[in-house]
Amino acid sequence: MFPSDTAVWIVFPVILPLVAGLLCFLFKRGTFGIALAAAIGNFFVVCFLIYQMLVYGPMRCYIGGWHPPLGISLRIDGPALLMLLMTAATGLAVTLYARGYFLFRISDPLRARRHKRQQYYFWPLWMLLLTGLNGLFLSADIFNLYVTLELIAVSAAPLAALSGKPASLRASYRYLLISLIGSLTYLLGVVFLYRSCGVLDLALLQNLAGDGLGISTALVLLTVGLMLKTALVPLHFWLPPAHANALAPVSVILSALVVKASFYLLFRFWFEIFAPIISPSSLNFMGTLGALAIFWGAIQAMRQQRLKLMVAYSTVSQLGYLFVAFPLSMFVDGGQVWSIVVFIALTHACAKSAMFMVAGNVYLHLGHDRIKSLKGVRSSQPITVFAYGIAGVSLMGLPPSGAFIAKWMLLSASFASLQYWWAVVIAGGSLLAMIYVFRVMSHFFVIPEGESSKKNVSLSPLLEWPPLILALISLFLGLISPWVLKIVLYKDSGLLAQIFQGGLP
Amino acid sequence: MITTMLYSLTGLILFGMGFYTLIIHSHPLRKILAVNVMATGVFLILVATAYIPVGQGDIDPVPHAMVLTGIVVSVSVTALALIFACKVQENSNLDLLRKRNHRKPMKERGL
Repeated sequence: MFPSDTAVWIVFPVILPLVAGLLCFLFKRGTFGIALAAAIGNFFVVCFLIYQMLVYGPMRCYIGGWHPPLGISLRIDGPALLMLLMTAATGLAVTLYARGYFLFRISDPLRARRHKRQQYYFWPLWMLLLTGLNGLFLSADIFNLYVTLELIAVSAAPLAALSGKPASLRASYRYLLISLIGSLTYLLGVVFLYRSCGVLDLALLQNLAGDGLGISTALVLLTVGLMLKTALVPLHFWLPPAHANALAPVSVILSALVVKASFYLLFRFWFEIFAPIISPSSLNFMGTLGALAIFWGAIQAMRQQRLKLMVAYSTVSQLGYLFVAFPLSMFVDGGQVWSIVVFIALTHACAKSAMFMVAGNVYLHLGHDRIKSLKGVRSSQPITVFAYGIAGVSLMGLPPSGAFIAKWMLLSASFASLQYWWAVVIAGGSLLAMIYVFRVMSHFFVIPEGESSKKNVSLSPLLEWPPLILALISLFLGLISPWVLKIVLYKDSGLLAQIFQGGLP
Repeated sequence: MITTMLYSLTGLILFGMGFYTLIIHSHPLRKILAVNVMATGVFLILVATAYIPVGQGDIDPVPHAMVLTGIVVSVSVTALALIFACKVQENSNLDLLRKRNHRKPMKERGL
């Protein structure tokens, strides 16, 4: 049993960004300082929580002293903490990168005023989004999860609209409406679940879900709502325009973190609460959609003319891998499914944020991101191109990267169960990823004829180093896999909640 | 029991109607209203749920708390969506203006 004064630390990943976001709304200056302090504080609190969990095991914090059947509790276990770590690390890098991005754009006198306004709104919205994400990973109450989903939608849609272009406004308006449909469908699912079980706590539900019309309806509604938010093919149509038209730091946040949040929730529902009633055919159905996503996203990525759209379609493709883990979960034991998913999510978060940052740098440098005219970028921005290459290697899933570990586990599961078609999907997806990554790479390396470089813009270290560091993290994630696996295996068995199931204190 | 079922069914129908309108109609205001109708449908089912549990005349307070929170969320989200709709409309009007006057140079239009 854990000491209760340690459990109080669980609320800090929610409170720190929330306070920072509110302060950012109040002050006109120093907003970057506030946001940076919150991002660093959040990172250290998450590291501390991981240490605490390794000592005491999974923890719960009962807000206001109210216990589960009525009160809302926050809990941490292995997967939740790793997702928090992913958010904290990527969030810190994004905070630094955004600072460099806005400083660079403000130095351009023509657009100075607009960018000042963008920065003015970016920091508070980003901090509120971080609050929502941390809240989602920590909550153990399905209705509270609905509130965090709405928080994420309400802060993510204005962020996507920040660039102010008509195309981005339309895309983010559609994004907002789609998020609303997703959340409402989720809420309807929550209502059905509450009708059938009478509790809202995740751990309590784990023991109650049985066969029944109400529960199956809840499962379908929750799944559809979250699939819409995760942008699984065929519900992916809103993602590429919304992600590609946003400002570069915003694309990073949306693509690396926001889609993962709803997927994480979906995975928790499928493999914890509804695990007893899920049939192999429904798992296969999700896997088939994932396979479709891998191929469709990759083919679209190969066809794009703009770098940011290419990276956005690559997100659609990579999200498919997360769903291919569903049918193969029958052939690996419980802890391993989580580690596969966590490895894919971590690698993709780091690699994809590096790629969007690279796309942002290219855009700042050239003033456009048309793939065909990326000549000479390598000679003027060597660090950025290096980061792109490494991030690309991680996306393909070559050996030292975290995606390799995950794909290896998926491949061995598909061979062990004699389901070779999944192996074809996994390997084929990697091959297609290689094609679209190298297609851009080849343009980077073309040396322009005649003049050396039209504009000689030097990028600040804040723009160049965060993507490189993130790309290196994603590449070497495979080397630290034993520790990551160890953390994943700490699971909330539901015992803590059961103790209080009897009655209210 | 029949009353509860009636309310729940009405809620479901409202949800479906809202969803249908959201998909079919393209006008931004209609879409926002449709989302509101969907939310109302869900809240109606939740309120009906409160009747069910233990004993005669008992009312479960948890769904009521959920409905209250849900209404707050839905109001703020509606406000945000309305702002978005206004901005999108403004921008498309601006686009139209630009297309109409595309022969005049920038300065004459005062843009």
